Amino acid sequence: MQNRELVIIGGGPAGLSAAVEARRLGIEDVLVIDRESEPGGILKQCIHTGFGLHIFKEELTGPEYAERFIRKAEALGVEIMLDTMVIELTSDRRIVAVNGREGLVEIQAKAIILAMGCRERTRGAIKIPGFRPAGIFTAGTAQRFVNIEGYMPGCEIVILGSGDIGLIMARRLTLEGAKVRCVVEIMPYSNGLTRNIVQCLEDYSIPLLLKHTVVNIHGKKRVEGVTIAEVDDEMKPIMETAQFIPCDTLLLSVGLIPENELSRMAGIEIDDVTGGPVVNQRLETSVPGIFACGNVLHVHDLVDFVTQEAMEAARGVASYLADGGKKYDHIPVTAGEGLRYVLPQRINVEAMTGEKQNFFMRCARPMARARLYVESERGVIESRLLSHVKPSEMISIKLGRDELKGVKMLKFILQEEGDKIECND
Amino acid sequence: MVDVVIIGGGVVGCMIARELSRYQLKTVLLEKEDDVASGTSKANSAIVHAGYDPKPGTLKAKLNVRGNPLFDKICSELDVPFKRIGSLVVSLTEEEDRVLEELLERGKKNGVPGLKIINREELLKMEPNVNKKARAALYAPTAGIICPYELTIALAENACQNGVEIKLNSKVVGIKVVNNGELAVMTPTETIHTRYVINAAGLYADEISKMAGAEEYRITPRKGEYLLFDKRFGNIVNRIIFPTPSKISKGILVCPTVDGNFFIGPNSNDVTEKDDVAVTPEGIEEIIKGAQKLVPELPLNHVITSFAGLRAVSDTDDFIIGASKKVRGFINVGGIQSPGLSAAPAIAEMVLEILKEEGLSLKEKRDYNPERPRVYKFRQMNNEERRELIRKNPAYGRVICRCETVTEGEIIDAIRRPVGARSLDAVKRRTRAGMGRCQGGFCSPRVIEILSRELGISPLEITKCGCGSEILKGRTKEFIETGGVVDAK
Amino acid sequence: MSATTEKRRVTCIVCPSGCRINVEIEGGKIIEISGNQCKRGADYATTEVTQPMRVLTTTVRLENGRLLPVKTSHPIPKALLFDAIKELSGVVVKPPVKMGQVVYSNVAGTGVDVVATRSWD
Ligand SMILES: Cc1cc2nc3c(=O)[nH]c(=O)nc-3n(C[C@H](O)[C@H](O)[C@H](O)COP(=O)(O)OP(=O)(O)OC[C@H]3O[C@@H](n4cnc5c(N)ncnc54)[C@H](O)[C@@H]3O)c2cc1C
Ligand SMILES: Cc1cc2nc3c(=O)[nH]c(=O)nc-3n(C[C@H](O)[C@H](O)[C@H](O)COP(=O)(O)OP(=O)(O)OC[C@H]3O[C@@H](n4cnc5c(N)ncnc54)[C@H](O)[C@@H]3O)c2cc1C
Ligand code: SF4
Repeated sequence: MQNRELVIIGGGPAGLSAAVEARRLGIEDVLVIDRESEPGGILKQCIHTGFGLHIFKEELTGPEYAERFIRKAEALGVEIMLDTMVIELTSDRRIVAVNGREGLVEIQAKAIILAMGCRERTRGAIKIPGFRPAGIFTAGTAQRFVNIEGYMPGCEIVILGSGDIGLIMARRLTLEGAKVRCVVEIMPYSNGLTRNIVQCLEDYSIPLLLKHTVVNIHGKKRVEGVTIAEVDDEMKPIMETAQFIPCDTLLLSVGLIPENELSRMAGIEIDDVTGGPVVNQRLETSVPGIFACGNVLHVHDLVDFVTQEAMEAARGVASYLADGGKKYDHIPVTAGEGLRYVLPQRINVEAMTGEKQNFFMRCARPMARARLYVESERGVIESRLLSHVKPSEMISIKLGRDELKGVKMLKFILQEEGDKIECND
Repeated sequence: MVDVVIIGGGVVGCMIARELSRYQLKTVLLEKEDDVASGTSKANSAIVHAGYDPKPGTLKAKLNVRGNPLFDKICSELDVPFKRIGSLVVSLTEEEDRVLEELLERGKKNGVPGLKIINREELLKMEPNVNKKARAALYAPTAGIICPYELTIALAENACQNGVEIKLNSKVVGIKVVNNGELAVMTPTETIHTRYVINAAGLYADEISKMAGAEEYRITPRKGEYLLFDKRFGNIVNRIIFPTPSKISKGILVCPTVDGNFFIGPNSNDVTEKDDVAVTPEGIEEIIKGAQKLVPELPLNHVITSFAGLRAVSDTDDFIIGASKKVRGFINVGGIQSPGLSAAPAIAEMVLEILKEEGLSLKEKRDYNPERPRVYKFRQMNNEERRELIRKNPAYGRVICRCETVTEGEIIDAIRRPVGARSLDAVKRRTRAGMGRCQGGFCSPRVIEILSRELGISPLEITKCGCGSEILKGRTKEFIETGGVVDAK
Repeated sequence: MSATTEKRRVTCIVCPSGCRINVEIEGGKIIEISGNQCKRGADYATTEVTQPMRVLTTTVRLENGRLLPVKTSHPIPKALLFDAIKELSGVVVKPPVKMGQVVYSNVAGTGVDVVATRSWD
């Protein structure tokens, strides 16, 4: 049994950023464990640009973003244990990990940061009927095949779901010589960034079919085509609109799910909406001394926010190690109308790690202009005008300690505003 | 010239093969697909039924009740998990109460031990998630669950270990009587001369029988669809929960699996094609509705996959087992629909008897070994065992499938064993790599890599389930001097 | 209006408003831009219609059989993306490589370098 101060599970951008920040804050003993043979997480396969605009003020590719953090971590003396999978986690912060070199590694940690990332939703999760032939891939798996292994998953492709990974893969596969027939999205709006729709689809004349879905998969051995159909307002397929599209591959880009098997094992409370742990102002889960950040906490669209959040978790660990795990009461933070969730789900204002508290939230539907209200038991304490909110783009706002002093609850509400109203604050 | 050719590597064919491997015989099993357990035996309800359901006097009834108690020994010899968890037929109406009585009577006639009717309170205590409107249930303690493809593969491995030759990718395309007492069985690549042919071709048994000039019967496919749920909800029920049966099926049930998941299904719809295992939107709706009658609160957001299987329904509506009166040495084992899995051990015994009657002399082998070498399952081991295993072989320390915690060592073992895995699905059936909630998203690239390394073939040749189901279509441009995508073939 | 008038639609990506901008071209000259809410949109639309530029990200082969992710150090004309990728399909790089190192120059005659986006020992 090894004794460690801080163990970080997962060496993606969340884990690495947290490690770097923890060292900067003076935590001596930081160990990052990752099951892959290289750190960097999912960024290793995201070779396109679009990372780091907020943090580095320049547009980097995924591998570049990762490498900057790997170098920093190495320079600061962070230990990274690779090819090692954590298979057990207990509520008293014991970890069992496995690798081929040492066999089982048992660790007792003072503090733990969960940074295990997420996995992709599959066909089963969305129940598409039809055969189960070869040629159905999640977009992320296809991305790995193309960008890491150098193999083409198919020649003629239909993509279900307009999430960014699917859009990015539409362009990548087109550049590699495949024919992307269309991207099919069940919602009336796309889940991807406008920029990706323009540069990944419009640039290559790939049709984006909104309010459509795949209703059948054909082919017994290999995909031979899919049937797509328009959906009505209840998202039920209108079978009269069904059409057959020949293809040899179906890519699924239908969402990500935080990877919380270990968290459940440790008895950590999970939020049904985010799929990740319930956390407080310092991103500590319901189990004292275990923190969470990145995609394991909630699915992010921007890696920059992952880094910000991870740094917050590192500050949380520092304050936990400093106060010796003192117990605090929390006030609840809830999402009202117009929002799917707000994070953290509870806070203690006195124990905030800085002068300002970051809140992350996602809206329930796209709105051109919307007003975000923050309510306490005393009524609205803050409101902000936001433009162009989309469920796929996270909203992040900061509230100061002064504003929050003495409140007993917080509720966030997002209301659509008419076009006429100009900025009135 | 061989003694026996078995056509079909389903649970029935493989059970017979293992039974025959005890004796000094030359036995060959021919399977058209790239793996055993590729037909009905891979997609069914996986229940070893107690035996109260089939009509008294039928082969189904007799062989089901005889087969059930044989599972404990077979499974312990083969290191295959089998759990006698018991089953409950739930009644929701007064009329259904009467059906329970009928089933109880029928069960007694069939000789099923331990049956009893329990009241609502007892039922809800045993199964808190069952519909509160339930009135009573028929409890059958001897019913069990098993993994049907794991069993089939284990049987094939053990048969192979004991000298049966198992030939995959060997579709039987012709059977001829050469002279009295000799039959020639043809596949596209060879002709095998044999004294006996056992037709265990599942859905295609009618075509094989006709091909040999033996008795004619008809097998029609009847589809059953399923939804499988995430492990996290595996304990929603503790036992197999049935509705009261209809004329044609046991109804849509809610049932745990030996691997800790649970499923709902199957429905029961006649289809025209013998390979139509497509899941339909109507089917999914039907099974959800059906299952909700038994367990109203289903975690429908946690379905991890759907699948369908085809029952081989014969026109006699019973198993067709017997030596042909027209072609000497040809033995039909057809129409093996449910409870075919439960009856399989007894079917094999019966086939042996028939072979004896038909003049085959059975001399036991000295060196017959009923035990299959242990299969290490990392996820089921304790940490001491794990440490020991990794020390012996570091490949067991490399986790490949994260959802099911399957290691590289297990995958390599699955490939190197007798009747080894050659495709992604074959690895999946042997190790569960890719069967978890991410359905192979994470591990399939690695499994492809391991398969290609172990088999010494290009990743482009790796298939999902045999020829025609290649997974990758070519290399990216970087690897092709001329540019453009080349097809795998 | 003369027959040589061409209408083009451009989705502006400069800010999240995503204005749908209409551009009218006559005899190769832009005569009207509408639908944009600001000047930046007009500039963007002008480049998109006359000479759209993109950063290309792709991979090249390493001598050890693995893949090296690369990008163009500056945007290149959109029309040349396929030429560039074709040219790069023959490139084989010998490790070690440092992130930012030029692995190919003047891709598709654009004068732009192609650089590694990760290091490889
Ligand atoms: C396929 C895909 C493509 C994406 N594309 C983009 C994009 O183009 N742009 C963008 O901004 N965002 C993208 N995202 C979102 C992106 O994932 C996040 O912005 C960010 O990478 C999340 O960082 P993370 O560190 O939380 O997770 P990850 O990068 O997933 O890292 C988690 C790490 O934890 C390790 N791990 C997990 N469990 C264990 C365990 N039990 N033991 C040991 N190690 C473990 C994993 O191996 C992994 O290395 C994408 C996400 C996915 C899944
Ligand atoms: C929906 C459903 C639910 C069921 N539930 C249960 C249950 O809970 N309990 C139970 O006891 N039973 C159940 N059954 C029945 C049970 O699954 C079957 O009885 C059993 O699997 C039949 O095994 P088999 O070996 O006869 O057929 P199969 O498994 O179909 O094997 C036949 C094999 O023959 C091969 N073959 C065919 N033609 C040729 C040829 N020309 N040359 C070479 N090979 C050939 C096929 O590829 C196949 O592998 C269920 C069935 C279904 C469909
Ligand atoms: S035109 Fe101006 S306001 Fe409209 S999207 Fe472009 S930058 Fe934004």
